[in-house]
Amino acid sequence: MKTLVWVEHDNASMKDATLATVTAASKLGEVHLLVAGSGCRAVAEQAAQIAGVGKVHLADNAAYEHGLAENVAPLIVDLMGHHDAVLFPATTTGKNIAPRVAALLDVMQLSDIISVEGEKTFTRPIYAGNAIATVESSDAKLVITVRGTAFEKAAATGGSAAIEDVAGAGDAGLSSFVGAEVAKSERPELTSAKIIVSGGRALKDSATFEQYIMPLADKLGAAVGASRAAVDAGYVPNDYQVGQTGKIVAPEVYIAVGISGAIQHLAGMKDSKTIIAINKDEDAPIFQVADIGLVADLFNAVPDLTSKL
Amino acid sequence: MKILVPVKRVIDYNVKPRVKSDGTGVDLANVKMSMNPFDEIAVEEAIRLKEAGKAEEIIAVSVGPAKAQETLRTALAMGADRAILVQTDDEVEPLAVAKILKAIVAEENPGLVVLGKQAIDDDSNQTGQMLAALLGRPQGTFASKVEIDGDSVTVTREVDGGLETVKLAMPAVVTTDLRLNEPRYASLPNIMKAKKKPLDTKSPADYGVDTAPRLKTLKVSEPPVRSAGIKVPDVDTLVAKLKEMGVA
Repeated sequence: MKTLVWVEHDNASMKDATLATVTAASKLGEVHLLVAGSGCRAVAEQAAQIAGVGKVHLADNAAYEHGLAENVAPLIVDLMGHHDAVLFPATTTGKNIAPRVAALLDVMQLSDIISVEGEKTFTRPIYAGNAIATVESSDAKLVITVRGTAFEKAAATGGSAAIEDVAGAGDAGLSSFVGAEVAKSERPELTSAKIIVSGGRALKDSATFEQYIMPLADKLGAAVGASRAAVDAGYVPNDYQVGQTGKIVAPEVYIAVGISGAIQHLAGMKDSKTIIAINKDEDAPIFQVADIGLVADLFNAVPDLTSKL
Repeated sequence: MKILVPVKRVIDYNVKPRVKSDGTGVDLANVKMSMNPFDEIAVEEAIRLKEAGKAEEIIAVSVGPAKAQETLRTALAMGADRAILVQTDDEVEPLAVAKILKAIVAEENPGLVVLGKQAIDDDSNQTGQMLAALLGRPQGTFASKVEIDGDSVTVTREVDGGLETVKLAMPAVVTTDLRLNEPRYASLPNIMKAKKKPLDTKSPADYGVDTAPRLKTLKVSEPPVRSAGIKVPDVDTLVAKLKEMGVA
């Protein structure tokens, strides 16, 4: 089987999510990559280094700069003439483009797969991760999004794939990019962090969130996450949100502070290797999944913990 | 302009789903069902656009069993004008739903189709994008802000690194994210009035759509259970544990 992997990037460097997707693709067969963007040859050169990659298709065109689905989907559909499967990381970009490609190919998409069981058989979580479905596709071509935390990352170096330019039709004339507001953070990226410190509603407001959660995260070199309650209450921007409707993470250590553990939140973090919960309510559902629990008032415990680390 | 709002009847988001012991699926017998939360946000947004004078009529549509009527009545009680139930007892995949919606769009010609970004049962996050593809229309997915300006719509999208704004030529397809709005509750008088609003019942065959599944579910199983953890008495013990694990 020949597979195509959508490379996630910002036109300057490749995003890590791509590497896990390459691993999933390599379980199906030969891996080719697609780097679509504007002025993104450096990304293609970086992608060509990934171990086990056969070829890198480079589509360099202003129309692809922001990954607009309307422009990119037809390009991928063209490439599917020579590929049997296309895989995307299950990021917002991947989730935006992949179903558009699937519908144009008249196939059903497999969303957020967590394992490859056979050439056409995959597992994926449903009902906010409360059940795992094993599904078999009957379609001729496969369109798949891959949960990054479920696959090891492919080695970023060791490969030497050839880069081949592809043209593509360019601008479909349906949509245009207006602007972006990127949340600035010096801390590690949430989805690839080894340690995450996450805060919930109990933090009270954005000032206390900043005051209690950030120093602990910095001490541990951790990324900062939040529950939906904390995001909705405006303590932190929405891209901090961990859960069914936010980001899915699986770090080595997940420290949940003042988070009760609603099923929607657990859906986003329950595959973390070690879960630590600090909550003053000893009946909070978070303690049912926590490996280490501390029943304590976070306003005392967190500063104490931060100072003792 | 008309707005079409597809809504789905799903297990209530507060219910913890149970996997059937024979591994054929999730047990939905006698479980509370509700409108998919993202679809409530879609209905709310359509109503707000109508209240702002940007739309004349809101049509709610659902593909599902006879009981999905209740979901449509909820949308009507919130403020939708009429409803279409495409009745089927089969489980219909996003691709087939998108094809049914495409046929309805051809009949109704809405300026906007507003859908939820994903249903909380299958967690697919596909239908809106698929519909946009089938119609050859632009898509504004994961919307946290929607502004109609003449013949275009500006959509602010929630993306991994923050927010992104795109401008789409109308007609367009928009899918809602959680922060787009706070859906209203239907008042009792409006629930009563909704019973008199028109609700057409159709079948997938009326639209010439084959709903045979492309994906076969071989089995549904419980996720792996985490082994029971320990509780530590104080911060010092927690620090010691973290040091043992090599994180501190």
